[in-house]
Amino acid sequence: MVEELESSGKKILLAHGSGGRLTHQLIKSFVKKFRSPALAKLDDSAVLKFKGKLAFTTDSYVVDPIYFPGGDIGKLAVNGTVNDLAMVGAVPLYLSASAIIEEGFTVVELEGIFDSMNKAARTAEVEIVAGDTKVVERGGADKIFINTSGIGLIDSGVDISSKNARIGDRIILSGTIGDHGIAILSARERFDFRTKVKSDSQPLNRIVQEMLKASKKIHTLRDPTRGGLATALNEIAEQSGVGIEIEEEKIPVREEVRAVCEMLGLDPLYIANEGKLVAFVPERDCKRILNVIRSNRFGRNAQIIGTVVARHRGRVLVKTSVGGQRVLDMLTGEQLPRIC
Amino acid sequence: MCLAIPARVVRIMGNLAQVEMAGMNREVDIRLVSDARVGEFVLIHAGFAIEKIEKKEAEETLRILREIA
Amino acid sequence: MRFIDEFRDRSIARRIVEKIRMFDSFEVNLMEVCGTHTVAIFKQGIKGMLPENISLLSGPGCPVCVTSQEDIDKVIDLVKKRDVIIATFGDMLRVPGTNSSLEEERSKGADIRVIYSPREALRIAGENPSKRVILLAIGFETTSPLIAACLQDARKERIQNFLIFSTHKLIPPAMEALLKSKEVNIDGFICPGHVSVTIGSNAYRFIAREYKVPCVITGFEPVDVLQSIFMLMKQIKENRAEVEIQYFRAVRPEGNRIAQELISEVFEVTDVFWRGLGTIPKSGLRLNRRFSDFDAEREFRPEAAESKENPDCSCGEVLRGVKKPTECKLYKRICTPERPYGPCMVSSEGACAAYYRYG
Repeated sequence: MVEELESSGKKILLAHGSGGRLTHQLIKSFVKKFRSPALAKLDDSAVLKFKGKLAFTTDSYVVDPIYFPGGDIGKLAVNGTVNDLAMVGAVPLYLSASAIIEEGFTVVELEGIFDSMNKAARTAEVEIVAGDTKVVERGGADKIFINTSGIGLIDSGVDISSKNARIGDRIILSGTIGDHGIAILSARERFDFRTKVKSDSQPLNRIVQEMLKASKKIHTLRDPTRGGLATALNEIAEQSGVGIEIEEEKIPVREEVRAVCEMLGLDPLYIANEGKLVAFVPERDCKRILNVIRSNRFGRNAQIIGTVVARHRGRVLVKTSVGGQRVLDMLTGEQLPRIC
Repeated sequence: MCLAIPARVVRIMGNLAQVEMAGMNREVDIRLVSDARVGEFVLIHAGFAIEKIEKKEAEETLRILREIA
Repeated sequence: MRFIDEFRDRSIARRIVEKIRMFDSFEVNLMEVCGTHTVAIFKQGIKGMLPENISLLSGPGCPVCVTSQEDIDKVIDLVKKRDVIIATFGDMLRVPGTNSSLEEERSKGADIRVIYSPREALRIAGENPSKRVILLAIGFETTSPLIAACLQDARKERIQNFLIFSTHKLIPPAMEALLKSKEVNIDGFICPGHVSVTIGSNAYRFIAREYKVPCVITGFEPVDVLQSIFMLMKQIKENRAEVEIQYFRAVRPEGNRIAQELISEVFEVTDVFWRGLGTIPKSGLRLNRRFSDFDAEREFRPEAAESKENPDCSCGEVLRGVKKPTECKLYKRICTPERPYGPCMVSSEGACAAYYRYG
């Protein structure tokens, strides 16, 4: 009879990674949290049935600090992968979760992160069906690193890709930008400013399905994470071979986020987001899709921010608040490290 | 390098002050602006308040701008 | 945001531009001295809004850009000293020295910490009594009073493990050096707003008087910049050469007395070498004798590698307004923000970086 992982005050030891009794305790605790029938079988692999076009993605999470206003690394890891699937129009179904844990990390904290992941999975309506844990010696990792992979199904008739943006498409942004990056920054000790800004980490699959119900003609979706909106738009402009023009005034940014950015010399356009999407849709569908997004609680501040044009292909131009124009380049160098 | 932003003085504690800008709060050194008072606006640069922003002057500037224009 | 949004008003901007366009009978070169102005101008797309007869030149007011290769190499030497923590503003990290950069040294294990305020450096010193903390004191008259304040605190609190490496420089002597060189015709100066908060508009009077060049002390919002350009054009048209304050909501003729006193209590003026401009007399600050025990250069005697600037790098000419970044052989082709050859591309306020990113 394998006992369960004892909580309160206990730390993860290297022995938890060796494959023996302690490892079994750790796995059992993991499995208990995630309530997945496939996972509970404790087989070497989850066996799942499918019919149709599959989407498959993976991402690793090394955010520092692991707790921040609005969430933690566990929530991020689940929502991030759910969103990557949603961005190709897939219905996310199953996730795997692997954790690399630093020796000395407390059991209470580990269970808290598993709880977060479970909660996020339930909100997103996905199941965590496979997992792994490894333990490394002190200093071998920074508290905990998590990798999640995910699969989802794409309905027929849905063809969403960064290559599909077309001239004349309107560009919709689902809400305020810069929240996640600034929330992380404010949680780092050395930045001694206090704000109420919270990470916007949230699952976008529901919104996307609602958008698709309104119109199957969505050409491109992207969630602007690392590198911010600017980088995402540049990638799409390049991959689709089109020009993009956006208006600075239309881009929603929280006052507080603007204030912090002004103070530190940062540009919200380059700061990571974890619960926003940008959609490229035909002109005639854009009002309808905008309303659908706005009626979802995660899309209240959605705005149409720009257009796809035939000029300056591969580049993004911004009309500035004062009426001038400038090029919006991709992020160069490192703006904020380990933001997700 | 000359980034400085306007923030409102919320509290003064000797050489230090708590300032607020659009909901963001931080503590800055206020010794360079000896006559700052709570409720007034100061320019913040690298953790220091470097000068007061005179509300009258700001409004005067805007008035001139609207006249030129 | 208060005191910012009002100065980004599109309709006011448009009408100022209309008024500027009425000065169409003469061509001018206006120089924005300060790197922060260069960025503001580019970020807001102001160049494109101006008529063709107005040329904007970027000046040497980017502290990282004008730091000599020798100073950068000395800093890299300091990094290698034992039990030393380097505290630096972010921009310095990627500036290439002759053989290395701070970023490279950090990846090799050097303890280099990016700070936003010099107060943080003092705090790091307090938290690490067994190490010596060296603050890379860079910047013009906006920043030097802050460093001076921290040094006074360090003395008062008897902090023994805090030092600075000063590369502080002064703006008005650099402006004079540009005018003396006569390399470029400068018809008007857009003067730095926050440097002037410290030194006041009086500090520029000699430029108007002796060199007959109009000066307008300018704020950093786009409407501020446009209004200043209008004021300069008006002066030129009316054959005046005066120092005017556009940014009078923050700048006074006499400047900030407390800040000036702080500087003179801790520093003394000295001749220093500016990248691109050469040695300019009385244009830099070094610690005076009373504060010499905080001098990292005196304590460690860092050596510069055999300093060699890349001969094809045109940073010097760009800083003097002689060349535009696009006229540099290396620009974009070889020198990019990812792989910068010179500081003008590394610094967020460098003209080359601004052109590359926004132009």
